[in-house]
Amino acid sequence: MSEKLAELFRRCRDEKRSALLPYMTAGLPTPADSVSLFTTMAEAGADGFEVGIPYADPLMDGPVIQAAGERALSAGSGVEVGLDILRAVVESTGKPAVVMTYVNPVLRMGVESFADRVAAAGGSGVIIADLPVDEAGEFAGAFRSRGLGLVLFVAPTTTDARLKRVLAAEPPFVYGIADLGVTGARAAASTHIAALVARVRQQSEVPVVAGVGISTPEQAQAAASVADGVIVGTALVRRVIDAADTVAAADSLRTAVESFAAVMRRN
Amino acid sequence: MRLDRPDTQGRFAQFGGQFAPETLMPALEELEAEFTKAWADPSFHAELDSLLRDFVGRPTPVYRAARLSAQYGIELYLKREDLAHTGAHKINNTMGQALLTKRMGKSRVIAETGAGQHGVATATACALLGQECVVYMGEKDIERQALNVHRMRMLGTEVRPVTSGAGTLKDAVSAAMRDWVATVDGTHYIIGSVVGPHPFPWMVRELQKVIGEELQTQMDGSAPEHPKPDVIVACVGGGSNAMGIFYPYVGSDIDLVGIEAAGYGLDSGQHGASLVAGSPGVIHGSMTYLLQDDQGQILEAHSISAGLDYPGVGPEHAYFKDAALVRYESVTDEEALEAVHLLASTEGIIPALESAHGLAWITKEARSLRGKVVVLNLSGRGDKDVEQIVEHS
Repeated sequence: MSEKLAELFRRCRDEKRSALLPYMTAGLPTPADSVSLFTTMAEAGADGFEVGIPYADPLMDGPVIQAAGERALSAGSGVEVGLDILRAVVESTGKPAVVMTYVNPVLRMGVESFADRVAAAGGSGVIIADLPVDEAGEFAGAFRSRGLGLVLFVAPTTTDARLKRVLAAEPPFVYGIADLGVTGARAAASTHIAALVARVRQQSEVPVVAGVGISTPEQAQAAASVADGVIVGTALVRRVIDAADTVAAADSLRTAVESFAAVMRRN
Repeated sequence: MRLDRPDTQGRFAQFGGQFAPETLMPALEELEAEFTKAWADPSFHAELDSLLRDFVGRPTPVYRAARLSAQYGIELYLKREDLAHTGAHKINNTMGQALLTKRMGKSRVIAETGAGQHGVATATACALLGQECVVYMGEKDIERQALNVHRMRMLGTEVRPVTSGAGTLKDAVSAAMRDWVATVDGTHYIIGSVVGPHPFPWMVRELQKVIGEELQTQMDGSAPEHPKPDVIVACVGGGSNAMGIFYPYVGSDIDLVGIEAAGYGLDSGQHGASLVAGSPGVIHGSMTYLLQDDQGQILEAHSISAGLDYPGVGPEHAYFKDAALVRYESVTDEEALEAVHLLASTEGIIPALESAHGLAWITKEARSLRGKVVVLNLSGRGDKDVEQIVEHS
């Protein structure tokens, strides 16, 4: 339910902090061990999750999340397994979770069926990386009627006219793309996110969550100082891919998520 | 019914659209506006037309394949796109988009390539216009189309190998799109076929339809040696050469047949026949027919021909299929290989493996085509494939 997400952003605003929303590919390192990594992240201070459906052609993702997707797919993950993991993550952590996917698996299942499944799993919303507001109509309607939100993006390149259309569609939060380019680590902190948040704020109170190119606590702190939430993906996924086994992956994730959670509070 | 333009959503009925990351959407809007303006501007056409005439060598000839005609009992004509500069129809599109790049004030170009013909054509246009050029190419294709890699490098282009997926055209398109997401402010993506998010399928069709328009003049029925075609045949990967020759004839009484790659055979599951054996979905920003599994994961295609080794197809072809405006068939790797040897030994023309798919279908259907005037779009020459063909012989 998207209400759970709204409640999280309200609480974070009261506490003068940003929400930490890690991304993790569903089915890593294996479908069986995947849920335990999410519970580890919850214990380490994650406020909610992006549960990533692995996809063979992820146009918005850099090499790390591409490799993670390929690995999860060959371990048997996909949209079916991903939705099962979503349900287990919501049940075991109690945190709001949104599904991150590309449009084709949703179309293949059928938009209505997909929405049913996400709602039944207790998901809060859906992020579709290759679904701009222009194509979102049918999807947003199907999700809204089940109490789910369709997250929309705002990029540094987004024009004022497009921003207006995004806000008019009333997403549960706006995914503020902190940097041009695909997901992955960047050397420097985003120079775009503050301006982007300010542009949204002029027109709306909708929460803005910053993502893309945020891989260090310094970068996360900079984003947290202006945004309502911060998404960290590649930096965490890389730790799972690089780990020798699930125990090592969980240890590594715990340390990393703690270091990000520690910088969410605004000064 | 043929559509002059897709609708305001960039759709040909249900196909097409703009399933692209938000970061790219403003650039797609700008591209649509700029191309619309340029395409209505006589000075843009004047510059493009003079380059197509003097640099590319258009119009390309129509040649009556006398020996094959006699052998099959049909009137077989070849539209000689293989004689266009750089050896394929791809240059019609790249000259137009490179001029548009200049007009938009961008100085860097990226492209994807499968067989290397689009890469060479892009590299050529960029060399001519002084633009920086990076071409993404799957590592498997770099291996099987080595000649074109050397040509691109000589033309001053950087060829970036793509190692993800199967290392073929699909992966090269994805890599080019990822580059574009990061560099969109100063870079134009010259996509090589009638694929991708709107406005690409429409724009590339407009730039390629010169093939069919020339044919209408060259075979207008005004004299016995210029009969009107009964059937027009072209290979379909992404579908740009087929779109170029078909489009002016769509909706007429002329039979249009697009030939896809059946690879090892449709039953093998190893093919590139998205229209014949695929189902609707979204690939590379566009709703179209594609090869996918039951969970919506895009499958790897297979074809001996790198240019047809693609699991999607242009959305306007998907529209043509559903509206029964064009018929789509397929031939196997083996049949295409035989057709290469046939054309070489009978007519003195070594065709690209892609184009040979069209001839292979004509060969199979020779009996039902008897007495008809058949035009094959000979979309490219086969120099690039010689090494690979020798290996398979």
